[in-house]
Amino acid sequence: MSIITVNNLTKTFKTLTAVDDISFSVNEGEVFGFLGPNGAGKTTTINILCTLLSSTAGAASIAGNDCAQNPDEVRTAIGIIFQDTTLDTGLTAYENLKFHAYLYNLDRALTERRIDEMLNVVELQSRKHDLIKNFSGGMKRRLEIARGLLHYPRVLFLDEPTIGLDPQTRNTIWDFINTLRKKEKITVFMTTHYMEEAENCDRIAIMDHGRIIAMDTPGRLKEMVHGDVITLVTSDNELARMELQKTFGVEARVENGALSLEAEKGDELIPRLIHGLSVTTLSVGLKKPTLNDVFLRLTGRTIRDEGPRDNKEVTREFVRSHRRAQR
Amino acid sequence: MIQWRPVYVICLREFKKFFREKSRLLGTLARPVLWLFVVGNGMNSLIRPQAGFSYLQFIFPGMIGMTILFSSIFSSISIVWDREFGFMKEMLVAPISRLSIVIGKALSGTLLSVAQAIIILVLTPFLGIHLTLMQFMEVTAVSILVSFCITSMGILIAARLTSFDGFNIIMNFLVMPMFFLSGAMYPVSSMPPALRHLTHINPLTYGIDAFKHMLLKNGTPPLGPEFPLAVDLLIVAAVSVVMLSLAALSFRRKD
Ligand SMILES: Nc1ncnc2c1ncn2[C@@H]1O[C@H](COP(=O)(O)OP(=O)(O)OP(=O)(O)O)[C@@H](O)[C@H]1O
Ligand SMILES: [Mg+2]
Repeated sequence: MSIITVNNLTKTFKTLTAVDDISFSVNEGEVFGFLGPNGAGKTTTINILCTLLSSTAGAASIAGNDCAQNPDEVRTAIGIIFQDTTLDTGLTAYENLKFHAYLYNLDRALTERRIDEMLNVVELQSRKHDLIKNFSGGMKRRLEIARGLLHYPRVLFLDEPTIGLDPQTRNTIWDFINTLRKKEKITVFMTTHYMEEAENCDRIAIMDHGRIIAMDTPGRLKEMVHGDVITLVTSDNELARMELQKTFGVEARVENGALSLEAEKGDELIPRLIHGLSVTTLSVGLKKPTLNDVFLRLTGRTIRDEGPRDNKEVTREFVRSHRRAQR
Repeated sequence: MIQWRPVYVICLREFKKFFREKSRLLGTLARPVLWLFVVGNGMNSLIRPQAGFSYLQFIFPGMIGMTILFSSIFSSISIVWDREFGFMKEMLVAPISRLSIVIGKALSGTLLSVAQAIIILVLTPFLGIHLTLMQFMEVTAVSILVSFCITSMGILIAARLTSFDGFNIIMNFLVMPMFFLSGAMYPVSSMPPALRHLTHINPLTYGIDAFKHMLLKNGTPPLGPEFPLAVDLLIVAAVSVVMLSLAALSFRRKD
């Protein structure tokens, strides 16, 4: 049964079409991911789903409630971890959670127990009465996850849940999310531009320029890339590319000073390539296709793992640190 | 339409933050105290008492108005901070009416302003101004109304302000003129006609005029109150309702 349904959703900001006629549905209990580069329209879609933004055309509904017509029913059914932190840094962890419990009218008798339960899961019980100001980025993220699930939502939205965190913290965050998923039986809708993170999803929609260009399980998406991916660095990449086309009949792309090509049986092709090319081969790599290769195949571009942050975010970061310094 | 648990917790948050930021409390209290002691006392020796009132006594209603003005505007500006630091989204995605958010902000701003007005009232004996218990109660009651009005106005502005840049503009082109064009420092009737018209569209003028009814009893213009008390209170109440409704509406709007 689908819990999120989106039909022909479009969002236009003045002249820019941020979300362009997308349709999809997410089944109950599924982990569904949006994968796409900066500006693809992931956050915009989330904002419409969580009732913060109205759509230009099309419809979205969550748990049977239309996001535009019955916002309060939708709001009760969802929990959200936004891309930028939305904790009050001047309050303690406990106070942030309690604020949330009151906003969602959580049963009074339950509140304290639930707060402790969630703090225990994300291992922040010992920091319960510390100000968020003194929390690390990973701790803030964990607390936000605890807060997002405090009111027993049916759908949890995670917008770039681990952005800006180191790989180790990223893994712990995912451990928590997976633990909670088993415990609370929730549907997860997430966005990311980290490939490894997308692997956590049951299904992925690849998004680019506001459109969904592919949607399937990670395994089947990777099958779109035939066999293995070989990367070659040679003394003359351009010449090598032409020879590959003529002699071997394979299309290679030059990117970041390396040739990349797909081959059914890469391990057998490599020796033949090195022999057959007139240019000197400097290095060779062979890997199983990743979602990045899928994106590359579909768009001719790569999703950069550490995308540059946009200006607005940098400004905000500046203002924040400035204000922090003033205190 | 109004959910009281969210309203309560929004207020609670504002109080906690206010008392944690000692500088804010100090700032809003230091301003009127400085004016009263330094400007008020200084001018007192230059300007002789008129119609039985010293200059210090004359500006005292205005100083209460000033305390309320700055404190209310500062409280409502917290909305801009909330938006900039993302916390506003936590409130906006919650299943609560937008009016509840606005009421929560308005009530907390009002209570904080009234508390500060009361602190100023308590300091009066040090200035040689002696209030009766009745005056104290009356001024407190009117403070609630005036604070609510100015806070609502601030919330409306903050709801439409999209960045910090707007804040300085508001301070320089709205808050300061509102203060100087309110009859706080000098009688409205002594101003040039053009400015006098401006004082008449300033809600703070009527708030301060109401304080003059309580604090400059039996005073007559130019020093005493200018309008009937009922008119003062009615205008302040009407402006509050209009501002608050508009603020709630602008919260409902999503692009
Ligand atoms: N309020 C707005 N007004 C105008 N343009 C906007 C607004 N919000 C988003 N956009 C534009 O819409 C496009 C999609 O933005 P969105 O934030 O949805 O991207 P994203 O996929 O979340 O990217 P990222 O990975 O950087 O978070 C961008 O080009 C962005 O500049
Ligand atoms: Mg985004």
